[in-house]
Amino acid sequence: MSNHSVSNDSRHTLTVLVKHNLNTLSRILGIFSGKGFELESVTFASEAEQGMARITITTYGDETTVEQITKHLHNVVDVLKVTDLTHKKCIERELAIVKVSTAKAGRPEIMLIAQAFKAKVIDITDDKLALEVTGNTDKVDAMIAVLKPYGIAEMSRTGSIALKREFQGAVNIN
Amino acid sequence: MTSNHSTSSANTKAQQPSLITVGKPQSQPHNGAEILIKTLTDLGVDTLFGYPGGAVLPVYDTLFDNHDLNHVMIRHEQAGTHAADGYARATGKPGVVLATSGPGGTNTVTGIATAMMDSIPLVVFTGQVPTGVIGNDAFQEADIVGITRPITKQNYLVRDVDELEHVIREAFHIATNGRPGPVLIDLPKDMLNTKGRFSGMKKVDIPSFKPHTAGHQPQIAKAAEMLTHAKKPLIYAGGGAILGEAWEELTRFAERMNIPVTTTLMGLGAFPESKPQSLGMLGMHGTWTANMAITECDVLLAVGARFDDRVTGRLDGFSQKSRKIHIDIDPSSIGKNVAVELPIVGDVKRVIPAIDKLASPPDTSEWWDTIHTWQREHPLNVPKADDRIYPQHMVKMISEVTGGNAIVVTDVGQHQMWAAQHYRFNHPRSWISSGGLGTMGFGFPAALGAALACPDREVVCITGDGGFQMLSCELATAVEYNIPVKIALMNNNCLGMVRQWQQLFYENRTSYSVFGSNNPDFVKMAECYGAVGMRATTPAEMKQVLSEAMKIKNKPVLMDLRVVETENCYPMVPAGAALDEMVESDEECSK
Repeated sequence: MSNHSVSNDSRHTLTVLVKHNLNTLSRILGIFSGKGFELESVTFASEAEQGMARITITTYGDETTVEQITKHLHNVVDVLKVTDLTHKKCIERELAIVKVSTAKAGRPEIMLIAQAFKAKVIDITDDKLALEVTGNTDKVDAMIAVLKPYGIAEMSRTGSIALKREFQGAVNIN
Repeated sequence: MTSNHSTSSANTKAQQPSLITVGKPQSQPHNGAEILIKTLTDLGVDTLFGYPGGAVLPVYDTLFDNHDLNHVMIRHEQAGTHAADGYARATGKPGVVLATSGPGGTNTVTGIATAMMDSIPLVVFTGQVPTGVIGNDAFQEADIVGITRPITKQNYLVRDVDELEHVIREAFHIATNGRPGPVLIDLPKDMLNTKGRFSGMKKVDIPSFKPHTAGHQPQIAKAAEMLTHAKKPLIYAGGGAILGEAWEELTRFAERMNIPVTTTLMGLGAFPESKPQSLGMLGMHGTWTANMAITECDVLLAVGARFDDRVTGRLDGFSQKSRKIHIDIDPSSIGKNVAVELPIVGDVKRVIPAIDKLASPPDTSEWWDTIHTWQREHPLNVPKADDRIYPQHMVKMISEVTGGNAIVVTDVGQHQMWAAQHYRFNHPRSWISSGGLGTMGFGFPAALGAALACPDREVVCITGDGGFQMLSCELATAVEYNIPVKIALMNNNCLGMVRQWQQLFYENRTSYSVFGSNNPDFVKMAECYGAVGMRATTPAEMKQVLSEAMKIKNKPVLMDLRVVETENCYPMVPAGAALDEMVESDEECSK
């Protein structure tokens, strides 16, 4: 699908239940590369049930494009279930490890920021702190933005994983 | 070294006892190669298009004295996939191919992509280097599963011989159910040599693969209502109407409702062109009437079609006045190129009768008046002359000689479009052409596959001097198996469609599109293989050549039909134009 109407594009989180094999993962990635869909992040890991795996994909596109993506994912023989969590109440989490420099502001200031984001300090060296943060992508983005002026030496993010909330009512304990 | 006489001995059921009785009682396990052949036989496969090589030697050793299925020895693996494709299109049964590892596999790629684009059920078996050396760049190793991933519906690398039988059964199930397509199974050599289990268990159940066939009833009711109240309805039928074997349902429905029907290139034969409701083909080289009708209609019923760019022309000028209903078994076909008001995911063979039950014939008398005016004012032009053969005239004559009852197989280019326009298709599965991928070289081997599948039918391969030369090596196969295919070679000494575009859009700079005198002598070419070669340069000669050719029933005939070299194919919707901006002549095009 080549119509990139930027204005209506929004972020979608898809969770895909598949038979656990690399051919299936390649097929799914091939849909994105071969048909020109956007791919922001993808995670792939075994599912509790033997021989199954769950793939979480975050992508950008307008409603029509994401509908096409969903249909193409469904067409992969080893895909059991595709859920677009975008319009559902869902639990979405990402984990990031950020090594931030303490040279400019000192440790206490960085640790205060970490505290505000409920991030854990997991490594301390002379001039750096390594922080571990989990949360939805917005929260991780926000912490990274706050830390950026202090100097981020290195960083690794997992990409989102997500599940639908059992309770779809108004209350949302994030 | 023992010889099995000729490569075609499989054809003449040899005297050797069959595999099962050669000291291999049922209880003893079979090796992978034997399981493969046993499973294919059990699945009802009667024909296998193959070419031997190192990695598949165990299978060929099994085929040496097992004649439960007919192995057809093609001369190039690409031709094997096209032949299997032709077999599948003519019968609806999956075509089966066997190739060796590495180059054997990569040679099948074009044929697999062709089948994928046109949704043709194929099961392709490739040999692979032994499991232990996969990934080591072994001799004749290629990652064929990786290579074919985007052009197969599913593919497998077999890593456990005990799973082989099940994988084969699953592959056939996937290839033929839902929207059909090609499936590839890669067989490492050690899997073929190792003994394994054969259960004979026929049941296949894939929880993740359950195509939706029934169609949503409320949507069906809405479709019926839209059609009942339409003033200018139109049915646009594609290859899905053939693949879904819905031609009878479609014909009955369109006739009762008196709704005009246009078919795509792939849909030719889904609705008889002898019926008054038929408007012929639409699209880039469609009829004037079909293209005007789709532009002007108010309710459009798309049946197993996919709004391909060759059909729609410029999208913002495509059928803007219509409310659209789209029936397709593949949800991803719906809403892909054109937004549709009423999608119905399901099997056309089930959905059409369901709509038929609820709909009443709309009042279309004014609509028909308009259509008849278009038909009267813009018929398809068939130029004729006594001293030279016009390509349109050539197709017309073939249509008459065969009474419109032949299986017509084509290559790709001008001749393909003329064949689509001027042959009168009245039967389904009688038009075999590479539509989506547009694969030159497809026609001749596909014709062989169709002829082997339907020995009682006349098979005419309308091809060009360009496409035919891509796989002309298959003349050897055609002669070896006595396949009486009639090759009507539309010889204009150039790549006609390329030349036409260069003339119309590149100031006639005919870059590398004209063969001129560099073409071979096709009559001698046929003769050197042991086929019959004939030539015609005038309509009178052509008539005689055609009638003589039709009498030959035991070998292939190649008719070198010299046509007017500069003729162009019209009507034509220039690239980037809307359907109602089609042109009907060189003069109009140069304006």
